[in-house]
Amino acid sequence: MSEPQPLIQVRNLAKIYRMGDVEVSALRGVDLTVQRGEFIAIVGPSGSGKSTLFYILGGLASASSGSVIIDGKELAHLSDTERTRIRRDLVGFVFQKYNLLPTLSARDNIEMAQYIAGQTHKPETAAWFRQTLELLGVGHRLNHKPRSLSGGEQQRVAIARAIVNHPALVLADEPTGNLDTENSEVVLKLLRDLNERTGQTILMITHNPEAAAYAHRIVHMRDGRIIHP
Amino acid sequence: MINKLVFQNLKHRWVRTVLSATAVGVQVTMILTLVGLSFGTLEDMSQRSKGAGADILIRPPGSSIIGLSTAPIPEKVLSFVRNLPHVAVATGTVVHPIGGANSITGIDLDSFSRMSGGFKYIRGGPFRNPDDVIVDEYWARQYHLDVGDEYTFLNRKWHVCGIVQPGKLARLFIPLHILQDLSANTGKLTMIYVKLDDPANLKEAMKAIRAALPDYQIYSIAEYVSLISVDNIPGLKAFIYVVIGISIVVGFLVVFLSMYTAVLERTREIGILKALGATPGMVLGMLVRETVILALVGTAAGILFTYGTRWAIMRYVPGSLTQVIVPDWWPIAALVSLVGSLLGALYPGWKAARQDAIEALAYE
Repeated sequence: MSEPQPLIQVRNLAKIYRMGDVEVSALRGVDLTVQRGEFIAIVGPSGSGKSTLFYILGGLASASSGSVIIDGKELAHLSDTERTRIRRDLVGFVFQKYNLLPTLSARDNIEMAQYIAGQTHKPETAAWFRQTLELLGVGHRLNHKPRSLSGGEQQRVAIARAIVNHPALVLADEPTGNLDTENSEVVLKLLRDLNERTGQTILMITHNPEAAAYAHRIVHMRDGRIIHP
Repeated sequence: MINKLVFQNLKHRWVRTVLSATAVGVQVTMILTLVGLSFGTLEDMSQRSKGAGADILIRPPGSSIIGLSTAPIPEKVLSFVRNLPHVAVATGTVVHPIGGANSITGIDLDSFSRMSGGFKYIRGGPFRNPDDVIVDEYWARQYHLDVGDEYTFLNRKWHVCGIVQPGKLARLFIPLHILQDLSANTGKLTMIYVKLDDPANLKEAMKAIRAALPDYQIYSIAEYVSLISVDNIPGLKAFIYVVIGISIVVGFLVVFLSMYTAVLERTREIGILKALGATPGMVLGMLVRETVILALVGTAAGILFTYGTRWAIMRYVPGSLTQVIVPDWWPIAALVSLVGSLLGALYPGWKAARQDAIEALAYE
């Protein structure tokens, strides 16, 4: 029997930012393999390179060298247009500041992600999504605009938006960074539930060890490298 | 979905939306009011020329269609014309400027009344004294004049003796011989109006007058009225084009500023859309749709404003200006505002489409 293909394969990934005449190495040869259905936490202090890794895995930035394969697609050196397609088809984002469109209702925020992905059916017509909304506890708040929702509710809507198109990977950047303890716990449990119930692969970036403890595996980063403490 | 986002954005920043649409509207009003004033003033001139009741108009050699301030026709020409075949009534006038685009007309009230059917007096009556002046209703309204009031022009005090219904030749009348003397045109006329015994004899009568006065400009009234058009007013068309050009620049600047601010305000939202996988074309399309809506709403507002300017003109300066509503120009004004607005949205749209998603998401 052949080994299942990993969802993410990162090999010798490097990223150098140029700030004027100065070069800053944000990633210095990162190797990482993530299997389908894993819930991984990447932890590390500020400046460790975890956000840069997040941006490259999410198709928001290109790599300087090395290889990144997600779901069989190499995305280390893609053009802007190709990276846009990767973001649309492969990745769902959950941000620290929720990043919901403030002028649209929660429902419209979710539908916008669908519209951009070219899907035409209403998300709530799918049974699995109705159940997910129930699980997230925001089904009754969908007509509200972000300003009428609490931080926890906004983050749960953002999670619904991230998974509505069945992405291969959900990338969560400090998803509890703006939440109080109670709401943080709710969101982290939800991410773990989603992972367990639907097999959704989740890669979460955090500097909080308590949040990281919800993941199956914790990857530590420091100075642009993955370390093994 | 994008349309929903566009509408919600416009609704959310309603002050900016209202101001931008109003500014585009002012630009449209500028065009439509100018064109409406040009057409209205010319149409009013035509109507008043027809209101004189003449069939033929004799103008001095080499004169232009619009604007007469000299009186080069000797009065004996009038006596000569009166004796030509089929001429029932002939009357001469003198036109003299009194400031701005306004002028006063000297008439021989007796022959003018026989030609035009006479003034319809709203208040007062015909000239009784040499310092009497007759004004039409619009002029009286604009300058708050009533019968018996003193009115100063040409460095003299005049007395309003009658207020008449508008539509007959001019707005301000004094006796012909008085104006001839005052303007140093004694025995001279600016124009001669001829009424025939039967309009059916027009061709024959014109032929006779042309033969008798070969250097003069002889027009049937229908012909003359058809010549009072934008095309025949020197510089007017160019002036309209200049205003249209300025309008495009104004529209461009207004929408440029508005969209530039919108793109800055929405940097983070643009970042969110890009993170969700929106293409640069989608982001640009969103701003273009917003611009088109602003331009169309602005155009509609501008058209409504022209009804306001027409009301204001009729209320405050009906004697000097006449504005008509020009629906034929609505599509042109809409196109001008659309072109100006889209040009203005080009750079902000390009900037938004090229926005770096990471920087945009980090924007506070």
